[in-house]
Amino acid sequence: MRRRGLVLRKTIDISMKLLSILFVTVAVAVMLWILYTVCSKGIEAFSWSFFVEPTKPYGIPDGGIANALLGTVIITIGAVIIGVPPGLLGGIYLSEFARNSKLGNIIRFSANVMMGIPSIICGLFVYAMLVYSTKHFSGFAGSVALSVIMFPVILRTTEDMLCMVPDALRESALAIGMPRWRATFSIVCKAASSGLVTGVLLAIARVSGETAPLLFTALWSDDWPFTFFTQPTANLTVTINEYATNSPFNVMHTRAWGAALVITFIILILNISCRIIFKNKEHAS
Amino acid sequence: MVNENGEKIKISVQNLNFFYGNHQALFDNNLDILENRVTAVIGPSGCGKSTHLRAFNRIFELYPEQRAKGKIILDDENILDRSIDILELRRKVGMIFQKPTPFPMSVFDNVAYGLKLHFKLNKSQTAERVEKALRGASLWDEVKDKLKKSGMALSGGQQQRLCIARAIAAEPEVLLMDEPTSAIDPVGTLKVENLIEELKEKFTIVIVTHNMQQAARISEHTAFFYEGHIIEYDLTKKIFTSPSNQKTEDYVTGRFG
Amino acid sequence: MSYCNKKLIQPEYSDRIFKVLTGAAAILAALLMLGFFVQLFWYALPSIKTFGWRFLISSEWDPVKQVYGALPSILGTLITTGIAVLIAVPVSFIVSMFLVESAPAWFSVPVSYALDLLAAIPSIIYGMWGLFVFVPFMQSTVQPFLANTLHLKSIPFFGGNYNGFGFLTSGIILALMILPFVSAVMRDVFKMVPSVLKESAFGAGATSWEVTYDITMKYGARGLLGAVFLGLGRAVGETMAVLFVIGNIQTMPKSFFQAGTTIAATLANNFAEAEGIFKSSLFELGLILLVMSFLIQVLAQLWLKRISRQMGES
Repeated sequence: MRRRGLVLRKTIDISMKLLSILFVTVAVAVMLWILYTVCSKGIEAFSWSFFVEPTKPYGIPDGGIANALLGTVIITIGAVIIGVPPGLLGGIYLSEFARNSKLGNIIRFSANVMMGIPSIICGLFVYAMLVYSTKHFSGFAGSVALSVIMFPVILRTTEDMLCMVPDALRESALAIGMPRWRATFSIVCKAASSGLVTGVLLAIARVSGETAPLLFTALWSDDWPFTFFTQPTANLTVTINEYATNSPFNVMHTRAWGAALVITFIILILNISCRIIFKNKEHAS
Repeated sequence: MVNENGEKIKISVQNLNFFYGNHQALFDNNLDILENRVTAVIGPSGCGKSTHLRAFNRIFELYPEQRAKGKIILDDENILDRSIDILELRRKVGMIFQKPTPFPMSVFDNVAYGLKLHFKLNKSQTAERVEKALRGASLWDEVKDKLKKSGMALSGGQQQRLCIARAIAAEPEVLLMDEPTSAIDPVGTLKVENLIEELKEKFTIVIVTHNMQQAARISEHTAFFYEGHIIEYDLTKKIFTSPSNQKTEDYVTGRFG
Repeated sequence: MSYCNKKLIQPEYSDRIFKVLTGAAAILAALLMLGFFVQLFWYALPSIKTFGWRFLISSEWDPVKQVYGALPSILGTLITTGIAVLIAVPVSFIVSMFLVESAPAWFSVPVSYALDLLAAIPSIIYGMWGLFVFVPFMQSTVQPFLANTLHLKSIPFFGGNYNGFGFLTSGIILALMILPFVSAVMRDVFKMVPSVLKESAFGAGATSWEVTYDITMKYGARGLLGAVFLGLGRAVGETMAVLFVIGNIQTMPKSFFQAGTTIAATLANNFAEAEGIFKSSLFELGLILLVMSFLIQVLAQLWLKRISRQMGES
């Protein structure tokens, strides 16, 4: 029998290893390149006034991003208030009442599909629902758009987290005579609390960097976000978009980088804290 | 190499020490394995019997924290030597695992896999050798009509014999079996045991087992391992009837294990 | 007794409220999904009535004559998504293979962690980096290299002038953006392959690449395809990463170097000043994007369901 050449087989193996090292190096290098750019250019914008002054119209030299930062916080809090409760309740329904039911499967399927629908479509949907009918852009509409994105994410993570709670715990709570709703809130949800918090934080991290849906709803503004319900409301991401694309001024570009660094930093902090919370939970159990 | 009785030694283990990181699992193991015999390795769980076996084809090298020191001489070559070609070594030393491991492909392709790795064959030669290997593993009659079916669709015992067929297709000289029947049913076990009986005419077989009756039934020589040491190594008959070490006696009579 | 007063609301009754309340919240998911279609279809209706099927195959875009066609946007979406998937999938495959199978822990653990964090970075950052860093780099280095050094300019799809913006640049930025997602799923797939199966293949004398190609890839084929779907879904509707670097021109694509547009970019770019039939046309574009991503997601879901069922069997 003729033997296959070992040399060829080993050469292929080694070339694939070299190729993977090359690809990993390029991928990691580009990622570092992006992070480095954001950090180095963003930090140039940082100053006291950058964080305390509101944005100024084009041509006026100084100004900061304070109103946009505040606006992003308010819009995101709004989204949490609107999107989290139904998400949690729906997740409870899926895990407690609809594990294998047909309705449960349809809801699960819709939620999964919704998570993959582009965020710009959510923006368009809320535009048609709120902005078109009331004839004005508003931060509130932005909150609704973000909550539409958050809702299916929270729904599914809540279900997953509650399903991990052993049935014996539910049974023992019901066995001492608790009504179902009480057993669910005070026993099941409590047992899964760190998972639920992680889910919510991840959902917040996911929406707080969104731009496209806000273009159709909150828009942006140079004012402080006190007219949240009735007027276009300043926020970080749309401000970045404006400064980066519609402005010829370098100082504006720098400010956009500064805002980009701020938002990246916030999101990374949210993500890292999720990991820490969840890891502690894993060690504890 | 031959021993004092003039029997040919296939594998000679000399001062084998084995480490998982800083933890030492084997201590100065010495063992001569004879050609065309079945050698059983027995001992309580965690005694290092699988570890010992896994040094014979250097499969432990997949895990960077594991290392072996000492010599394992296979046909006058120390296989732990860096210069040994590991792919060729693994062709020469086939391995059967505790759980059947059919690859995610058809029955035919499973057996052809080892062949195609190592040999240049045309279609009809491949088919011929696949059949030969399946016959060798006494599986041919059961699967000849479902060669195109997934190997994962066979029963547990058939899957294990498929893995044996796959191993012998590459024409190895030594077969390592790591508790090959512990995950399959009694009927499948019997078939595998009968098969081992036939296989020893062509191959040198080393089998790790926790089943003492099995060791007594199928092997000529038995090594008893305890806490990483080879306590006793002798003819199987002797180990099970008149062991010279107290620990061996306690184990084979079921006092611990 | 006060204890008895507390029990005025019977447990059965309160539990029924509980079930209805949570059920209503859950059904919201299905209703929202439906609402997307109804809402967008309703607002797209004037455009559908005016342009009919022609909207899908027309490349005309004339705000003065009020005539709009979706073809350039649709093609742009397909081209950029295609480039992104073509780049990101093999790179993710090799990167995740390396991280799971070959790389030492001191390398793979922090790199995997970094990739996971990169998946969280907002797409507008990728867009900005693309605009200020990568577009100039494309114009000064990559495009001249492809066009002149490799002499690709003489073949179709690579001809014409280049200025850094366009389909190729957008595709690459999208690829960078989806790479962390795709590779996260692929890493899970690689980890799912039982180590005893890999050992068995190594035991038969296979090299690491042969084990990956023959065993891991076959075993995880379905999961790997799931990862491709995920990347596809992310790329097809991405707005900000593309908007900054695509060039935003309504023309039929002829070359990868050329500037163009995608559905999402057209929407984001024109929506603010659009009125009347123009706005309705944009809604119709949105509806097309919704249908596209809906189909991708449904296929992906059905596919994943099939995998988990088959995994359950074996």
